Amino acid sequence: MQAFEYASPSSVKEAVGLLSSSWGETDVLAGGTDLLSLLKERLHTPKRVVSLRNVSGLNGVSATQIGATATIDALTKSKGMPAALVQAAEGITSPQMRVMGTVGGELLQRPRCWYFRNGYGLLAKDSSGKALVPGGENQYHAILGNKGPAYFVSASSLAPALIALDATVTVVGPDGEEEISAEKLFRTPAGDNERENALKPNQILIAIKIPGGAVKSATYEVRQRQLMDWPLVGASVALKMNGGTVESARIVLGHVAPTPWRSSEAERALTGKSISEETAMAAAKAAVAGATPLSRNKHKVQLASVAVKRAILRAAG
Amino acid sequence: MANTYDWPSVEDRSIIGSRVSRLDGPDKSTGRAKYAYDRNPEGLLTGRLVVSPHANARIKKIDASGAEATKGVRGVVLIKDVGDEVQWVGDEIAAIAADTEELARDAVAKVKVEYEVLPHLVNDEDVKKAGNRVTPDQDDSAGDVAKALQDADVTHEGYYGVATITHCCLEPHGNTVLWEGEKDITVWASTQAVGRIGADLAKNLAADPSLPKISPSDVHVITPYMGGGFGSKFAIDSWGIAAAKLSRMTGRPVKIMLDRHEELKIAGGRPSWYGNVKVGAKKDGTLTAFESETWSTSGMGRGSKAQLPYVLTELKDTRIRHVTVATNTGPARAWRAPRHPQCAVITHCALTDLAAKLDMDPVAFFKKNADLTPRPDVYRAELDKAAELIDWAGKYHKPGAGSGHVRRGVGLSIHTWGGAPHDSQCRVTIEPDGAVTAELGSQDLGVGTWTVIAMVLAETVGLPLSQVKVNIGDSRYPPSGPSGGSTTVGGVSSSTRRAAVNAVEKLKEKVAADLGASSKDDIEAKGGQLRLKSNPKKAMTWAAACRKLGTETISEIGNQPDRDGGKLADQGVGGVQMADVSVDMETGIVTMNKMVAVQDCGLIIDLKTAESQVYGAMIMGICSALWEERVYDEISGAYLNADMEFYKLAGIGDIGELVVHMMTGVYDDRGVIGLGEPPAVSPMAAISNAVFNAIGVRVPTVPLTPDKVLAALEKKGGMA
Repeated sequence: MQAFEYASPSSVKEAVGLLSSSWGETDVLAGGTDLLSLLKERLHTPKRVVSLRNVSGLNGVSATQIGATATIDALTKSKGMPAALVQAAEGITSPQMRVMGTVGGELLQRPRCWYFRNGYGLLAKDSSGKALVPGGENQYHAILGNKGPAYFVSASSLAPALIALDATVTVVGPDGEEEISAEKLFRTPAGDNERENALKPNQILIAIKIPGGAVKSATYEVRQRQLMDWPLVGASVALKMNGGTVESARIVLGHVAPTPWRSSEAERALTGKSISEETAMAAAKAAVAGATPLSRNKHKVQLASVAVKRAILRAAG
Repeated sequence: MANTYDWPSVEDRSIIGSRVSRLDGPDKSTGRAKYAYDRNPEGLLTGRLVVSPHANARIKKIDASGAEATKGVRGVVLIKDVGDEVQWVGDEIAAIAADTEELARDAVAKVKVEYEVLPHLVNDEDVKKAGNRVTPDQDDSAGDVAKALQDADVTHEGYYGVATITHCCLEPHGNTVLWEGEKDITVWASTQAVGRIGADLAKNLAADPSLPKISPSDVHVITPYMGGGFGSKFAIDSWGIAAAKLSRMTGRPVKIMLDRHEELKIAGGRPSWYGNVKVGAKKDGTLTAFESETWSTSGMGRGSKAQLPYVLTELKDTRIRHVTVATNTGPARAWRAPRHPQCAVITHCALTDLAAKLDMDPVAFFKKNADLTPRPDVYRAELDKAAELIDWAGKYHKPGAGSGHVRRGVGLSIHTWGGAPHDSQCRVTIEPDGAVTAELGSQDLGVGTWTVIAMVLAETVGLPLSQVKVNIGDSRYPPSGPSGGSTTVGGVSSSTRRAAVNAVEKLKEKVAADLGASSKDDIEAKGGQLRLKSNPKKAMTWAAACRKLGTETISEIGNQPDRDGGKLADQGVGGVQMADVSVDMETGIVTMNKMVAVQDCGLIIDLKTAESQVYGAMIMGICSALWEERVYDEISGAYLNADMEFYKLAGIGDIGELVVHMMTGVYDDRGVIGLGEPPAVSPMAAISNAVFNAIGVRVPTVPLTPDKVLAALEKKGGMA
């Protein structure tokens, strides 16, 4: 890694003050499970790294509020958490990642796109500016929201669950604190200098709030291995039930698009229905009806629909 | 009179054939064992490599001045020069030694190399795109395969293949090198060939006239422990030569170990294997014809002949064609049973599909055709045993006959290997204080070589394991061959047995008079004593016997081979493996339930480490069956998954139940036969066949990833 200045402030305000207003100059360090490899691979070469280690009060966990530096491990062990979120966290099977990785870091980790990780940039272009993904090795890439220039998939496993649960996130910057919906935290970059989230370079995510209320929720992820493995696809659902009928549904797919992908089509298909193999399947088909697979990832359309179906059936119990 | 050598009979063995935990286990698990990576001599510098980002390019300019001017940088050596071509991503260009690894990495980033980028090809499965990069290796015909196919009652044609994989050694390749004075070189090497590294380094240094002329014996190679090689660690390699030059330049020790990306990119690939197969059989299941047209890539390296049809070598009518495709990918190195795993897939998947067409259970099919193998009785017995252990009769069904969204299936494969002993010399010393030591310039790749030598020595001198000492992993001990091709255990056990017999015979001479023996041949070394066979009560403790040596030390050599020294080792084994898998028909995810390996390897010295060898081989095979493949981007030539994230290996939860059955006792009289390679051959074919049994359609190529499983199912028409 390139040498950098290390700062360890003791308050959020101080931390924000240490961050640059331009991307690339500073980075925030929480658990380091992603940032350290980005630094080692020289994909990030910040002049300063701002650690949140000494900032107190950011790691609390309750069923309605999670501090950004709470670990994945603390989240899975906390009582009363919505099932969709716990199941998503349990999918992170590496003990090291669970103990070191933080909830905020998990949401803001950079994409695992292998072109990005090999130094071809977030939009994966060669030196002549040609996009490498559409004609390349895109088996893990987007099947939705992939008209370009971004083809990577959002890496977060917790985000689909939090968006399904209608969570909000609290961010702090030089202009103070603001609360935005978890859904709005993610965006598809349109140019080389944009990021995959809505944070400004000098904003810090400090907390996640989950509204109460009785919902049935679940997450289902398709993985090749039990060992720490990125999901091929995932789906989280949260259902508000009226007796045996779905009053409203929030259905969010993960690892299928440059952002977590909320499927209003699947939600509509399920609303007003009772849950059965058939209605779950109909919603699953609706979720991928608009999919536009690339040359090597047609299978992800099938996997995404299976994940939606199984998440719905799992939520129904 | 010359000594005679044989293995003790079953009733005469107290240690050989038992289950002994590896003697180096505690040192390894506590970190006391020092690997090449752990060597940090005083003044150590760390070296890093400058490598090519291009798959094919000519070097126009190298400017290392920025690196040389970097604080903490002590030396830069070029591995390639202006005008040279780099032929794959990661190809080595230069090495830099600095005070710390971080400084060396900083300096690497400052080396400016200008390239003329040249056209590349990185993927070989689509052989039509290979153009003039194709070199014929083989067109072998026997009998008349066209007629045999015409006359066959049932024929089958299919396409099968195996992706290129890498070695993924837990300890990456590399060395720590210290060049002192004019010619005094020490190499702490991660190598499979302690006895070869000196010559390899000397030969390579000779190319540089500015360096003193080095002889192999000037190079002291030390490798008491190493973290896996699997066929990829026989050479000093460019990074070892560079470390030596940097040490010469700086007068300080230099360590260059590859990082994980480099390990995957440049330290070894197992050639791919793809091809079309036609097979034919009589109605009763007798195989009558095999024709194949295959291709593979060894990177830019030379190819080799196919071993087809695999194991069923007595088949009369065959035609085998094979070509090699040159690709701009990391170079091939031997991988645990070179060519066998790939050829097992090509053969046994095609034959399993043929058996399905014949409406025949694969176990019955392979037993029927066992006469086409060199060891019909061995394979029949092993097929029966494996079938029993996996409950084949209870689990086998017609391909695709299950229901529900999770389908279970079983599959099998058979394999063979040589495993003849390599050359080995052992020196056994017995000292007046009773100490007994065996010394060999061999190496333990992590398989139990320390333990096996100690067991042979202890058995032969009649002492408990704790009272004998083994020294290996040092080029100053008597020479042993490289550990490749499953040759080590036969070599070192034979030389150790002979050296130990020779040493004990000397000791017997010393004590014969005191024991009142009519001849030293009436004396045996057993139970910590030297005693009379004719009257075991007339005995002397080992310690007392050794005291008779006075100031003398017995030092005896044993050799393998030894023309007059009896036959202690052999070659040629058979093995059978069966797999039991589940396939999620909706996601294409394959899960291992169970695998069974039945294996013969002659006389087994340590049953426990022998079984461990087989467990390890099955795990490696499961990885390559389900996940492992190098992914190169055709446009940029980049190697996209040279990491442990998307180059996928198994975790403990992914393996399922493993059952190993060694055919102990049955083939003991053949002597010791190597075991490293054979059990690594069958897993891919057995697992592919189990998936075929589960889902009723062939997934043509390995690894059996969900995209391919779903595509095969779609071709078949879905889950039905």
